[in-house]
Amino acid sequence: MNILVCIKQVPDAKDVRLDPETNTLAREGVSSIMNPFDRHALEEAVSLKERHGGEVTVLSMGPPQAEEVLREAISCGADHAVLVSDRAFAGADTWATSYTLARAIETLGNFDLILCGKQAIDGDTAQVGPGLASRLQVPYVTCVQKTRSVDDGSIVVERMMDDGYDVVRLPLPALLTVVKDINEPRVPSLKGKMKAKKARIRVLSAADIGAEEGCIGLAGSPTQVVRVFSPEPRGDRTVFSGTPEEQVEQLVAVLRSVL
Amino acid sequence: GVRKGDTDLDQWSGIWVFAEYRHGQIAPVAYELLGIGRQLADQRGVPLSAVLFGDQVLEHANQLIAAGADTVYVVDHPALADYREDVYGRVLEDLIRARKPEVVLAGATAIGRSVIPQVATALGAGLTADCTQLAIREEDGMLLQTRPAFGGNIMATIECPHSRPQMATVRPKVMAPAPVDPTRTGEVVEVEVPEELLQSRVEVLECVQEEGENVNIQEFEILVAGGRGLENEKGFELIQALAEELGGGVAASRAAVDAGWISYPHQVGQTGKTVCPKLYIACGISGAIQHAVGMQSADTIVAINRDEKAPIFDFATYGLVGDLFEIVPLLTEKLRETKGQ
Ligand SMILES: Cc1cc2nc3c(=O)[nH]c(=O)nc-3n(C[C@H](O)[C@H](O)[C@H](O)COP(=O)(O)OP(=O)(O)OC[C@H]3O[C@@H](n4cnc5c(N)ncnc54)[C@H](O)[C@@H]3O)c2cc1C
Ligand SMILES: Cc1cc2nc3c(=O)[nH]c(=O)nc-3n(C[C@H](O)[C@H](O)[C@H](O)COP(=O)(O)OP(=O)(O)OC[C@H]3O[C@@H](n4cnc5c(N)ncnc54)[C@H](O)[C@@H]3O)c2cc1C
Repeated sequence: MNILVCIKQVPDAKDVRLDPETNTLAREGVSSIMNPFDRHALEEAVSLKERHGGEVTVLSMGPPQAEEVLREAISCGADHAVLVSDRAFAGADTWATSYTLARAIETLGNFDLILCGKQAIDGDTAQVGPGLASRLQVPYVTCVQKTRSVDDGSIVVERMMDDGYDVVRLPLPALLTVVKDINEPRVPSLKGKMKAKKARIRVLSAADIGAEEGCIGLAGSPTQVVRVFSPEPRGDRTVFSGTPEEQVEQLVAVLRSVL
Repeated sequence: GVRKGDTDLDQWSGIWVFAEYRHGQIAPVAYELLGIGRQLADQRGVPLSAVLFGDQVLEHANQLIAAGADTVYVVDHPALADYREDVYGRVLEDLIRARKPEVVLAGATAIGRSVIPQVATALGAGLTADCTQLAIREEDGMLLQTRPAFGGNIMATIECPHSRPQMATVRPKVMAPAPVDPTRTGEVVEVEVPEELLQSRVEVLECVQEEGENVNIQEFEILVAGGRGLENEKGFELIQALAEELGGGVAASRAAVDAGWISYPHQVGQTGKTVCPKLYIACGISGAIQHAVGMQSADTIVAINRDEKAPIFDFATYGLVGDLFEIVPLLTEKLRETKGQ
């Protein structure tokens, strides 16, 4: 079973702030990590490979430094790593991102299963997985919390819903996006780390994947971010003082109007 | 769909709402979408339509008209009984291509966030995720879509200048639901869909509804939430007692869920649920941004924390500084007393 995992490099959530002067994202001193959901997608791929054979390829679209998360993926058990990187990809929204990833996957060959994280913790849209499935014309299921069984031609998974979960069977090739409940990702072994250091990361440009100019990067993105700003703090806050009894009295008095 | 270069954006007209339906019920978010959808439609001077998919759903169409829809497009077919990504996606895409609405809104629910990106991709349309604010710009009628990103650390306003329809998923419990007027009239259009669109590669073997266990905390008007400060499972009994006194539900931070004191469906935040109750009482929760994004739009927020510098106080309407093991029982007691008066 040949599996491809899409991995995004993201800024560490706790470091992200807006620069109050320029109102742009302050990137200084922000460390980059593998998108946490993608770590679970990778773990699922590697454990499926261990049970069913085959190979795991990891794919990322991003700047050259995204190579780091691909090496990390190799240390966790991925066999091949591919980075699609080109200045022309900059500013891609989810539409252009799914286009680019789809062209790259078509360039790489055939996969039985494509795994994505449920969402990236920076863009937070959860749109790339379904978009990619639409482009590759493969069936998909989002928010998978468990893979129940895999046989030659199909996979049975649990899809998390708002009110419980559905058990769904879909034929391969297919695409899944996964939530964190699906597994507990392993830590890289020493051997894995050695392998990652030596691994060759294949880099593909826009031309290598035959991408059309009007479909990639900012130019190919139907959504445009026109303004970013910090969420407004609440202006109306009151912190009580005094003994616990006094504070509770004051609270109950004001809550009367709310309740 | 229209991509850059195509100039006939004006052919696209009307506001659409995808009225999610599951297990015999229209999802509450559909009424919230009709509330905001009505405002947008009136501002644009165009009709508001709802789209309803399912098996034996025709009888529910009138509820959507009562809540503000001028037209309801109903696709009633056994093949739509269960949510299946491919069929729902193709049928919605087909409807949109045929009738060309300028705006399509859906709930940012499990189903909405799964099916809508596929449709937007196929149409070449821009899609904004998980919006918390929508507005029409007077000058050119463009939809301005505002959403939190980076786990709520920043807000972004997004527009789709060159593509139609302008698509957005909208976070549940943020928009006010439409007022319901059972005397409103409108048109119900039953849509026949070609059989080939209804063929699915996905087979739903079972739907497991986790009732009881999976209480929907989004439904409560009052929530009492506990975090790591509760120290153990017994700590949650204090929260439970307060919640019962208030007739509310129990919620939690991820730290409390990870510790196993309460189950995941109670988790509020970035990787849990977004709630918007009238009153949210956070006990022993520090107020990490990933928690705050799930509760910061509650009408009134009360924080109980012994660390006066805890970030939760930045979000709170009322803050109590002290030991929750003292304050929470006192509060429960005091509320019980005042109720008697
Ligand atoms: C503030 C802000 C708001 C934005 N809002 C929107 C919006 O509403 N709509 C929109 O279309 N775009 C939006 N974008 C752009 C969007 O963040 C980027 O398009 C991004 O490339 C993909 O979207 P995401 O981060 O939401 O990923 P998601 O769709 O949340 O990612 C899901 C999964 O897809 C895979 N994946 C995603 N990106 C990559 C990648 N580069 N390489 C490999 N795998 C990947 C991963 O497996 C990931 O877990 C926004 C950007 C910013 C800065
Ligand atoms: C990608 C990502 C996603 C996340 N998603 C979520 C999410 O969905 N929801 C979520 O909640 N978190 C989420 N988190 C985790 C989040 O960052 C915090 O770690 C978490 O919210 C902390 O939970 P807490 O406030 O209960 O615990 P802590 O941060 O440990 O805070 C405990 C608080 O209790 C107070 N306290 C202790 N004892 C007492 C006492 N006796 N009386 C009064 N006060 C007391 C302390 O002063 C402290 O402020 C996420 C993190 C990441 C990185």
